[in-house]
Amino acid sequence: MDDKEIGIYIHIPFCKQKCLYCDFPSYAGAESYMEPYLNALLEEMTSVGGKLSDYNIKSIYIGGGTPTYFKTSYIGNILETCYLHFNIEDDAEITIEANPGTLDRRKLLDLKSFGINRLSLGVQAWQNRLLKFLGRIHDSQQVVSNIQWARDAGFDNISVDIMFGLPNQTVEEWMDTLRNVCSLKVEHISAYSLKIEEGTALCTMVQDGVVQPIDESTERYMYHEGISFLKDRGYIQYEISNFAKGGRKSVHNLIYWKDREYMGFGCGAHSYIDRMRQYNYQDIEQYIYAMNKNGQGVEHKEYIARDVERFEMIMMGLRLTEGVNKLEFKQRFGSSLDSYYGDIISLLKEDGLLEEDHKAIFLTPRGMDIQNTILLDFLDYMG
Amino acid sequence: MPSSRQEKIRNFCIIAHIDHGKSTLADRLLEETGVMTQREMEEQVLDSMDLEKERGITIKAKAAKLMYKRAGQEYVLNLIDTPGHVDFSYEVSRSLAACEGAILVVDASQGIQAQTLANVYLALEHDLEIIPVINKIDLPGAQPDVVKKEIEEVIGLDAENAPLISAKEGIGIHEVLDCIIDHVPPPEGDETAALKALIFDSFYDSYRGVICHIRVVEGTLKVGDMILMMSTGKEFEVTDVGVFMPELHPVDELKAGDVGFVAASIKNVRDARVGDTITHVERPTKEALPGYRQAVPMVFCGIYPADGSDYDDLRDALEKLQTNDASLIFDPETSAALGFGYRCGFLGLLHMEIVQERLEREYDLDIITTAPSVVYKVVKSDGETVEISNPVDMPPEVEIEYMEEPVVEAQIITPSDYVGAVMELCQERRGNYRHMEYIDEVRVVITYDLPLNEIVYDFFDALKSRTRGFASLDYEVKDYQVSELVKLDILLNGEVVDALSTIVHKDEAYARGRSIAQKLKEVIPRQQFEIPIQAAIGNKIIARETVRALRKDVLAKCYGGDISRKRKLLEKQKEGKKRMRQIGSVEIPQEAFMAVLKID
Repeated sequence: MDDKEIGIYIHIPFCKQKCLYCDFPSYAGAESYMEPYLNALLEEMTSVGGKLSDYNIKSIYIGGGTPTYFKTSYIGNILETCYLHFNIEDDAEITIEANPGTLDRRKLLDLKSFGINRLSLGVQAWQNRLLKFLGRIHDSQQVVSNIQWARDAGFDNISVDIMFGLPNQTVEEWMDTLRNVCSLKVEHISAYSLKIEEGTALCTMVQDGVVQPIDESTERYMYHEGISFLKDRGYIQYEISNFAKGGRKSVHNLIYWKDREYMGFGCGAHSYIDRMRQYNYQDIEQYIYAMNKNGQGVEHKEYIARDVERFEMIMMGLRLTEGVNKLEFKQRFGSSLDSYYGDIISLLKEDGLLEEDHKAIFLTPRGMDIQNTILLDFLDYMG
Repeated sequence: MPSSRQEKIRNFCIIAHIDHGKSTLADRLLEETGVMTQREMEEQVLDSMDLEKERGITIKAKAAKLMYKRAGQEYVLNLIDTPGHVDFSYEVSRSLAACEGAILVVDASQGIQAQTLANVYLALEHDLEIIPVINKIDLPGAQPDVVKKEIEEVIGLDAENAPLISAKEGIGIHEVLDCIIDHVPPPEGDETAALKALIFDSFYDSYRGVICHIRVVEGTLKVGDMILMMSTGKEFEVTDVGVFMPELHPVDELKAGDVGFVAASIKNVRDARVGDTITHVERPTKEALPGYRQAVPMVFCGIYPADGSDYDDLRDALEKLQTNDASLIFDPETSAALGFGYRCGFLGLLHMEIVQERLEREYDLDIITTAPSVVYKVVKSDGETVEISNPVDMPPEVEIEYMEEPVVEAQIITPSDYVGAVMELCQERRGNYRHMEYIDEVRVVITYDLPLNEIVYDFFDALKSRTRGFASLDYEVKDYQVSELVKLDILLNGEVVDALSTIVHKDEAYARGRSIAQKLKEVIPRQQFEIPIQAAIGNKIIARETVRALRKDVLAKCYGGDISRKRKLLEKQKEGKKRMRQIGSVEIPQEAFMAVLKID
């Protein structure tokens, strides 16, 4: 058997309630689609999954939506299908996203029994005032108990998502969130700067002037303070928004950041395999319809040419604090990073935006802040 | 006395304010006389340039020969379509000189507007018989009686029997044709006299060379004749003569009173200038027709290729435009900020915009234009006088004795409610009040002398916005007057950007400097470092703004699904960046160079 590796993403598009800022394919009030969706999903995994016979699966990530709002037995069915059809490595990371307010002891035990070994919990903020504003269904008390139950159920790898730069969020509130999350002693923290996406309820509120976005300098202050606060408590930043203790980085997300292959199932899921990046229909109904009619739910495919791939490796790799590995780059493309990007690398070094050592090129903290601007320079060398 | 042949000819044009339906009426006349069936006809045949159609204006004059039978008699009606904008008033005057009559089209709901008046005065100066026609009577807001009264009171024309028509709906078209025959005098002129033909327009045709639109005033013109252009002294052999059907249709000869075209392998419109007189080499006329003058560019701007490597293409395009546009001039110039480009001269703002748009659309060029400037006269301390059309050329203050700037006489017609607003605007723009006249109970003509540089500087936009679009403007350059002018420089990151310099009146320099700096702050995207923007007169800084450094430009989340999307977003951002100019270490978007103009 080949030793090619891949990660699997499975999308569960159901939520009890849609959050103000959310622009993901997730739907509230769509419970009646749960069963047909499960069937379509299992069908996709069975039929399309044939492509993966040469691959070892190093991670499975069940994301949403709120996967823990889906019927627990359905999650069992999904993982059963995975074990049946895919070559899952013994130490594969198997993550499920969960929202406090949708968990109980029983459910956590069930999830553990399905082989799930990592929990990603959407905490977002510690202040109930902010949680309510965002449209979250939980309060911070539930977070504490949910994590205790998860530990009791045997989860030894827990990640939480939190957000800063929220409208009306004070620096104190943000630091308070960080303090409380650290006291939970979780293994991993994702700390995102809120992005107001077009088409979300929050975006409309901002346009209508009823909500004021936070000012940029406060937002950057929160970011940099957050990084050093977490560092002091043993959480090491390894990506723009991600922090791990004891080396418990997200195996699955590193696949994206290292520009490796992944296969997605479910509505709106993306895949990158055999130089092809593709995505499924976002709409639940359309996805189910396409699966039933054609046996596949793909809406769009894009061939990734060599020069595009090169740029994407830089684009994603520079998100990591370890940066883009020179050896990996050379092995993948046959020539060194310098031979393609030598000029721009030295210019960015002069400006204090990028550094390099014998192993890799990586952005400085200032470079991280304006990563897009830097990537535009790398784009010059594409195509 | 007209000959019996001439008795059956009528030469006329149509004059109107923009949008009052001039071109639509021309189309109906063509259709009605069977020159075209409706099906063959594309809407507004005579306005054939895309730009003309979109803007609803006529840029080049056109002509058409209409055949109309009445009571067993066949008449030749030569319609000459005139440009409808103040920039081209000289061309208009030459077209009028080729006619004996003019149809004055007035919109039944809008009444007399500034260009209506300007055109009527021009027509009267050429002794034309004016036939008022009231158009758009089908519209709900039509008030034909009120408009008739206006025409009688303001212009002094008898509008009692003015045809009430709707060119759009084809109502009253025959009545117009009858009026032309009954009221426009037939042409006169001796067919056997020495040739005298007026060029009222010309365009370049790649097969036949320049096609001159002419009105034969005296004599007869045939293929094979050797002709002489009286202003340039150039001689050519006639290869084609013909009439406009409206496409070119060859005939054997054109005689006194006829309107048609002549081609003579002329390579450039410069050799067949509008207003010039054509005569025979062998038997020249003693005296050229009156009124010829060379078009003088009034407004100048720099045009630069957005991509420096398109410099040659820009030159080619300008040369091609020039073969068809004798009033466009250009000379190479270099700007520290924009590199190599051309200083171009235009008849006016509209002419400038048209050339810019044609460069972009017809020649697919990405161009950067600098703020337009008028021509200033600088009298230096040593007594020397220089004319400058580029602020960069302004001599140092110590060498200047005094300066002069061009002044126009502007006529503004506005509803009386806005008289205050219009006068306030004119005062702000250094206007000198001349007089005011009521057209009727609700509308007023206000006459001001205004510096041309104020008109060039977004005056029209300001007038429209302060009168809710109701006021109309017409102007004519009068003369030069002494004025206290200074050069306003803009510095980015401490360096003067030559392409952003403008010449302004001393009293306005502070306000202008401040608003330009503010506008630039809006249009210059934040970059990795702070960018100071300064406005200065000489060494004195009069305004300052800062574009703050970019502190954050990063996507917090990027997972599998976002990779293609993010890459495409960056590619799009890159496209936008390509359109920017690097000046020192600062990147400036193209719109910044026009920003100095539009800051209200």
